[in-house]
Amino acid sequence: MATRGFTGRAQMVQFLGRIPPGQHLVTDFPVLTAGPTQHVDPNSWTFTLKVGAKPIKSWTWREFNALPQTSLTCDIHCVTRWTKLDTHWEGVLIDDLLHDASLEPPMPFTLAHSVDGYSSNVAAYDLINGKAMVATQYEGALLDADHGGPARLLVPHLYFWKSAKYVNALEFTEREVAGFWEVRGYHIHGDPWREQRFTGDE
Amino acid sequence: MASEARWQTASVYAITPRTPKIKSFLFNLADPIAFIAGQHVDVRLTAPDGYNAVRSYSIASAPESEQRIELAIELLENGEVSPFFHEIVQIGDAIELRGPLGRHFVWDAGCGGPLLLLGGGSGLVPLLSILRHRKSIHSGVPAILVLSARSWDDIPFRDELLEMDGAKDGFQLVLALTRDTRRRMTDYQRRVDSDMMRDVLRRLPSAPSLAYACGTNKFVDTAVDAAIDAGVPKETDIRTERYGG
Repeated sequence: MATRGFTGRAQMVQFLGRIPPGQHLVTDFPVLTAGPTQHVDPNSWTFTLKVGAKPIKSWTWREFNALPQTSLTCDIHCVTRWTKLDTHWEGVLIDDLLHDASLEPPMPFTLAHSVDGYSSNVAAYDLINGKAMVATQYEGALLDADHGGPARLLVPHLYFWKSAKYVNALEFTEREVAGFWEVRGYHIHGDPWREQRFTGDE
Repeated sequence: MASEARWQTASVYAITPRTPKIKSFLFNLADPIAFIAGQHVDVRLTAPDGYNAVRSYSIASAPESEQRIELAIELLENGEVSPFFHEIVQIGDAIELRGPLGRHFVWDAGCGGPLLLLGGGSGLVPLLSILRHRKSIHSGVPAILVLSARSWDDIPFRDELLEMDGAKDGFQLVLALTRDTRRRMTDYQRRVDSDMMRDVLRRLPSAPSLAYACGTNKFVDTAVDAAIDAGVPKETDIRTERYGG
């Protein structure tokens, strides 16, 4: 249905193939957090890999930064409709975390946990083969608190709520366990190219 | 009843200016939506060539009215959708929307209280839905709203809020005017800060069990940090909704 009188803003045609349906470009970096901004001291931060409830390996901030570091340039897509192109991140690939823990993905699903109780669920196959990392740097500087520092999950091919801020654990789960937004009406998978925004989309 | 993921066409039956930059658009829905105070809807505009623009807007009305909902839309400079609403939309226009969406920044009687509500400008909108709902169910839950705005004339829904404040039913309104002089001794003429929050917390009969903050990210960060600094307990569930960069 065409809306009377609406023509829309001129679009930047050169980027059209990179903007998923229903998204629009931004050049700033909007901040969306469900609770208070967390101020996490890196010196007391650890990151833990778990299989079910069982911790397999933990890294301190220092140990984490001694792991192989990878740079990633990607487009990010927020379910609130903004898309930001060519963002630069640095951190540790989930592949490298698994390798350091001598682990293959032992179960098909994961839950990423944050210091403030936030969580997001991501299938294991969405995290491996270079697709995702735990990011500690954004645009060449340490990740700030507004954007989830000291560390956030980065799964750029899914809507950005999946990329949990203030992340401190990744838990493999046998079954798909819905995370914070997923139990509050957001889509269990969250592929922006298929517009999987809310429960009931597709 | 409309499914939250399904689009429906709603018609505009009234347009009411709330401040120089905020206008309310009242919609008749073909399919009523059962929502919880604080939820939002997606609005979709379609150009003749098929191009879409979609934005989320919080519902300002109370859930008691399922068939008629109110959205209060702030005009954003360089915006794409808000200028369309402010400049083009007329009574009788058909607009596509879907919802209700979001189940985090919500309140109903089961959530309890006391409530600390922190709003920056148009960030009032979901809080107003909560307050309207609180009023219409005659909830006695103590609630205090700190609303920050530039000036007296930039306070959205000012008369309604003043009237709610005057009802003395456990709700209190506190205005923080950043560029204007206060009209009431119980208000402030500065930005939200920790000292102000200490005063505000003292006006509640007991510590808030729930806090809701909505506005720009900068406002939300400032207000929530001030509230924590002023002694909002660790157990308080602080929910935030932010917009803008």
